[in-house]
Amino acid sequence: MSAVTAAPPSSAPARSGGTTLTGTWSLVRFILRRDRVRLIAWSLGIPLLYLGALPEYVLMADDPAGLQARAALVRSPAMVAMTGPGYGTDDYTVGAAVANELVLWVVLALAVMSILQVVRHTRAEEESSRAELVRAAVVGRHAAVVATASVVLAVNLVIALLSTGVLVANDLEAVDSLAMTLGIAVSAMTFGAVALVAAQVTEHSRGATGLSMAVLGAAFTLRTIGDMQEPHGSWVSWLSPIAWAQQMRSYVDLRWWPAAIGVVAIVLLLVFASALASRRDFGGGLIPDRRGPADARAGLRSPAAVVWGQQRMSLLWTALGLGVMWLATGTVIAQIPSMTETLQENPVYSALLGEGDLEKAFLGIIVLYAALGAAAFGLVATLRAKSEEEAGRAEYVLATPVSRSRWLGATVVISSIGTVVVMLTGVLALAAGAAASGVDEPSFGTIAEAGPLYVPALLVLVGLAAALYAWVPRATALVWLVFGYTLVVEMFADLFDLPDWARRVSPFWWVPDSFTADVDWAHVGGLCAVALVLFVLAFAGFRRRDIATK
Amino acid sequence: MTTTAASTPGSRAATAPAVEIHDLRKSFGSVQALDGLDLTVGAGQVAGFLGPNGAGKSTTIRVLLGLLRADSGSARLLGGDPWRDAVALHRRLAYVPGDVSLWPNLTGGEAIDYLARLRGRPDKKRKAELLERFELDPTKKARTYSKGNRQKVALVAAFVSQVDLLVLDEPTSGLDPLMEAVFTEFVREAKAAGTSVLLSSHILSEVEKVCDTVTIIRGGRSVESGTLDDLRHLTRSAVVAVVDGDPSPIAAMAGVHDLATTANGVGTRVTFDVDNSEMGRVLPAISALGVHAFTAQPPSLEELFMRHYGDELAADGVPAESTRSQAGAR
Repeated sequence: MSAVTAAPPSSAPARSGGTTLTGTWSLVRFILRRDRVRLIAWSLGIPLLYLGALPEYVLMADDPAGLQARAALVRSPAMVAMTGPGYGTDDYTVGAAVANELVLWVVLALAVMSILQVVRHTRAEEESSRAELVRAAVVGRHAAVVATASVVLAVNLVIALLSTGVLVANDLEAVDSLAMTLGIAVSAMTFGAVALVAAQVTEHSRGATGLSMAVLGAAFTLRTIGDMQEPHGSWVSWLSPIAWAQQMRSYVDLRWWPAAIGVVAIVLLLVFASALASRRDFGGGLIPDRRGPADARAGLRSPAAVVWGQQRMSLLWTALGLGVMWLATGTVIAQIPSMTETLQENPVYSALLGEGDLEKAFLGIIVLYAALGAAAFGLVATLRAKSEEEAGRAEYVLATPVSRSRWLGATVVISSIGTVVVMLTGVLALAAGAAASGVDEPSFGTIAEAGPLYVPALLVLVGLAAALYAWVPRATALVWLVFGYTLVVEMFADLFDLPDWARRVSPFWWVPDSFTADVDWAHVGGLCAVALVLFVLAFAGFRRRDIATK
Repeated sequence: MTTTAASTPGSRAATAPAVEIHDLRKSFGSVQALDGLDLTVGAGQVAGFLGPNGAGKSTTIRVLLGLLRADSGSARLLGGDPWRDAVALHRRLAYVPGDVSLWPNLTGGEAIDYLARLRGRPDKKRKAELLERFELDPTKKARTYSKGNRQKVALVAAFVSQVDLLVLDEPTSGLDPLMEAVFTEFVREAKAAGTSVLLSSHILSEVEKVCDTVTIIRGGRSVESGTLDDLRHLTRSAVVAVVDGDPSPIAAMAGVHDLATTANGVGTRVTFDVDNSEMGRVLPAISALGVHAFTAQPPSLEELFMRHYGDELAADGVPAESTRSQAGAR
């Protein structure tokens, strides 16, 4: 590696042969080379996201009444939590809707990208000792940090420009589009800068990622609280970098200065990170890793106890996160009658919701979402057995007096319980939200009943994952194909006009629709039988096969 | 078969070998990992299992642990079938993998307790002693341990249980020499308590220090096995002597190789290698020359090893002299 001194112009105090920034340009090129696939995926993915979301909004341009009904909906507290401060809702336009409803989610996605990207090239590199090799070459002390920050900033800007292109192509005002996407880039970059600080503080990349994600979560919560307190947000909102992008009022009454807050915050955070970096040793952190107990608690004496320890936090957060979302969704249901007419005129919605009682149809879809969420949790949890085996921990435990069935059973049972918990709490939250906002038809009991009815179908998916893992561990990804197929069948079967047999492949097709029809217990029994067969197959197969060697 | 088995190993020693493998074969797809392997570990013995990386040591051990199913051949472990009786057999053994992977969310101390409890014989005092001897901090989360410390966790977890058989797969990789010495002590202690040990390694000095018997494998089959003395018998000793007379006639004797002489202040310094089987005839001849100084070094396992793998090791750039200095230890 030659001594190339080509730091970004904004941050190069000295340009002589051996500054702390020596080698930055080489590192930038190295990062681009190493991450070319992932960076291109992000750069194209976000513009594609706009491309996918925009048709729904553009359709509304010819439907002023629909836009106003939508504005009424997004002013409700539950929707404020999931959208934005609500600029322009008194005269909702397509642009105002896009800015109000999409900015939050794009900021979240890009903030996560920025955090992961920063930690990946700073603390994770140091931890793996790869950075030691690089630092020992002709590379300055700050080169890696500056190179990482530059690449993240550049990617955020590229995404902003491409997204602007997509927005303008859909007939939205150019200046406002640019302002909105740049605001998002600044906001996301703020979290990247937070991650840069976190990477100096903690010794391990997991800690740095966790700390940054916690800041992101806090920012999300502050914005939600502030925006719910007052229309257009209270002072609390302004504490959150997410709000800085939303407060630019794009497409309504554009102002640029909130983005300036972000720029100042980024500069301050970078200065802070560099001050921290100069105070610490290479490889060390400012906060040492937390210690744990020297002896295991009495209950830690079975594979199930270990699996529970690994899964309980993700179960808690999944159940809590999805629960809050379904609770909020439930409170919106009372407003559906006011949307009914506009919705039925919209071809996309009517294909999705089908004929008949819209409220029930809408509830049915939300319950389906809840079931898909629970299924995704169940598949991830079950397939953790595979990563345990690949890591060599299965081998280690199976060399103790633990039978194959006991080891696999621990994961399968706890994942199944977790799946059921996510499903039931989700539907209960939905039913509670609906009841709280005054919906009495369908009743709390009828909505809640839909949860247990989905359980057999969910167990079929978990059983399929377990059986695939037991017989052909290489092919476990197939279960996600089945998951995706189930989603497509349930959402778009009518739209695509799928034949009956193709629908019956989906386990969810057999789930009784308790809102509109009586429960067909034969279907419930059939699903239970299929699940049972899959579980039996899984245990039989796992007893038979070799445990993977590294 | 729990505590009594460990306390009366002598009775078992008479009955069955700890490990008995005959003509074992196992392939992964087109790769023949084991190709007719034989291996025996007598009850109460410490058996070295030597071979270069990829020779099939870990595959053999995984078959013994019931993790892999052999294609053909027979394997017996503590008198049982390693596949069918896995759970019952595992109560009586402890295993240290070559590359220890621990649960990131557990501390080292928790992992040790967990593994010991699965085996059913946790012993707090013993654990404290082992932690102290191996200088391991049990309060750190496993993801923050270095390779050497993960290895220590596995060693403590293995030695903390009183078992009939220790299965150790390259157990000292990543340990510093001081800790290797501690490890050697615990193996000797286990042997004294009647525990059988299967110690796989590619480090010769480690095996030489503690093992009664050695099996050398290559390409999935055993190429040499026996006690250390048996193997040494096949080889040569290195002799260095200072004598008054002219040593050149010795060069002509059967079994003497590479004889060289240099003038010395006292007499003539002579060095040569001699087949151990010829040693008895060479000694009087030297003695007759008037000896001032004499040393004869038994061959190290390194030399045995070089004879089996000489070509490959040379190709890998492994220096032949690395453990020669330890050769005379026994």
